[in-house]
Amino acid sequence: MDRTDPIIKLRGIDTRFGSHVVHEGLDLDVYRGEILGVVGGSGTGKSVLLREIVGLQKPSAGSIEVLGVDVRTAEEDERQALEARWGVMFQDGALFSSLNVRENVEVPMRRIETLDADTRAALADLKVSMVGLPYNAGDKFPSELSGGMRKRAGLARALSLDPEIVFLDEPTAGLDPIGAAEFDRLIHGLSRSLGLTVFLVTHDLDTLHATCDRIAVLAERKVLVTGTMQEMQNVDHPWVHEYFHGPRARAAQSSAAAPDRNGQE
Amino acid sequence: MPRSPAHEIRISDRDGVQYVVLSGAHTVSGVAPLLSRLNSLRDDAPVQVDLSELSRMDTAAAWALVTTQKRIEAAEQRLTIEGADDGVQSLLDTVANSLPEPQTETPKTVTIADRLEALGRSLHGALKFLAALTGYFGLFLSRLARAVRHPSEFRLTSLVHHCQEVGLRAVPIVALLAFLIGVVLAFQGATQLRQFGAEVYVVDLLAISILRELGILLTSIIVAGRTASAFTAAIGSMKMREEIDAMRTLGLDPAQVLFVPRILALLLMLPILGLIANVTGLVGGALMAWIDLGISPKLFVTRLIEDTSVDQLTIGMVKAPVFAMLIGVIGCHAGMQVKSNAESLGAMTSSAVVQAIFAVIVADAVFSVFFAQLGL
Repeated sequence: MDRTDPIIKLRGIDTRFGSHVVHEGLDLDVYRGEILGVVGGSGTGKSVLLREIVGLQKPSAGSIEVLGVDVRTAEEDERQALEARWGVMFQDGALFSSLNVRENVEVPMRRIETLDADTRAALADLKVSMVGLPYNAGDKFPSELSGGMRKRAGLARALSLDPEIVFLDEPTAGLDPIGAAEFDRLIHGLSRSLGLTVFLVTHDLDTLHATCDRIAVLAERKVLVTGTMQEMQNVDHPWVHEYFHGPRARAAQSSAAAPDRNGQE
Repeated sequence: MPRSPAHEIRISDRDGVQYVVLSGAHTVSGVAPLLSRLNSLRDDAPVQVDLSELSRMDTAAAWALVTTQKRIEAAEQRLTIEGADDGVQSLLDTVANSLPEPQTETPKTVTIADRLEALGRSLHGALKFLAALTGYFGLFLSRLARAVRHPSEFRLTSLVHHCQEVGLRAVPIVALLAFLIGVVLAFQGATQLRQFGAEVYVVDLLAISILRELGILLTSIIVAGRTASAFTAAIGSMKMREEIDAMRTLGLDPAQVLFVPRILALLLMLPILGLIANVTGLVGGALMAWIDLGISPKLFVTRLIEDTSVDQLTIGMVKAPVFAMLIGVIGCHAGMQVKSNAESLGAMTSSAVVQAIFAVIVADAVFSVFFAQLGL
């Protein structure tokens, strides 16, 4: 991971909804090739931050630079080029309900004019299989899929054009522990083999343990602290301490340690 | 990011070995030419791919390479890949491991038996739907009877609220539409009747058509559109959020709490709305008759009272409770069919409107035949 060249650079982000201040002077760097987990209490604006980076929402002030392009002031064609270089997975997959899974994955590929329909379908099938869905899932409609499968299909669509950055909003929310653990492994494996940078917003301590290289804690309207899971243990802030030392954190820690030992065999 | 503009595919043939050199960045935008070049490789000689000049490769290009490898190996030749760095190698491995295995499924041909079965199923579905509607009607009646025996369980506030929603709020639209239909009828009738010098019969035309048919039919169609959809949406969204299930676990009967006040409100309000439609329709007709034919309002009223039997009004109003029941039961039934996703809410809401309007018109046709048989 190249520490000198942040792939996402946030400086002085202010977000206000009326008199309600969500972010104030927020700075954050995301480096190439890392998996960054963003955590924070409810209402600290984690998802808002994600939406601001991908340009779905405008911050009240501050600059957002992704891959060297200022998202807020970019021209239309600059933005379009940027959108091909990132993928977003929304909480429930946000698949288009009128298209089947294969067609959903093909949607971003349609902007590449040289691709013929057969290649597009074959590539979509490959992405569907890469996220661990069975072959026949491509013909199914989103309403026929379970929550976990919808998330996987959403990830396949986000990966459709081989983006450099993937944004994941609560990737394991609503999944059972087995499905969540599988999804954690999937994210980790894909990010390593495809060289992805991953920005993920989560509540799930197991996900933080299993996948993230670095963690950013959102509290007091800014990024309070960033660091590895190990470094988080020593942060002297009441919320951070409670979060990483609570009973759930201890459980996640011990369960994360176990598969590591198995993995080394 | 290293994104070399020049990406090249060089293929050469030496000593019976086909050499492929990929250089530069190979991505999804260049996968079509890459695939066609790779497809030109013969599968009767080994292939050696050199990736040492590669600057970048994405899954699409890796897919092209891996599928070619499969093709060559299927012909029992070798395709070796050299010079891949760690990133590219792990990408190639990932793609090779997750290459989908197409399942060979023979497409089913549709036979006459299948069509017959589909017909039978849809007929069965329609009958089941009718049975379910009858069931809901019975449920409503039994809960209504229960409310009569135990008045304390009856939800009066809810009934008044729904009367306002169903009745009072629909008055402007019902009155306006009936007025306009009266105007149109009088105008069209006058144009035709004038040819025979029988302009004055426009009063009879208006009275019979509005009192007997149009007043209540139009009102019912408007109410079906407004209220059946509102019932379905309200009950359906409660079903979606599991509120109905919560009610059941708390010992509340959804039929008692939700259906009775709604259907009863409709039962009380539809005749009133129909009456308002009749009056405004006749006013519209009288106004047009006055302007176009010079029939004074006084003459209009006299002719109306002399020539038109009160039976016409009775026949019209008798239909109102039946239409109200149909609309209410269909709306509530459709609401209960909503599943836990938003699509089904939309689908059921629109199908409730279609079913309600359809049912109202069919019932009206049945009434016409019935009254004709009675000689009314």
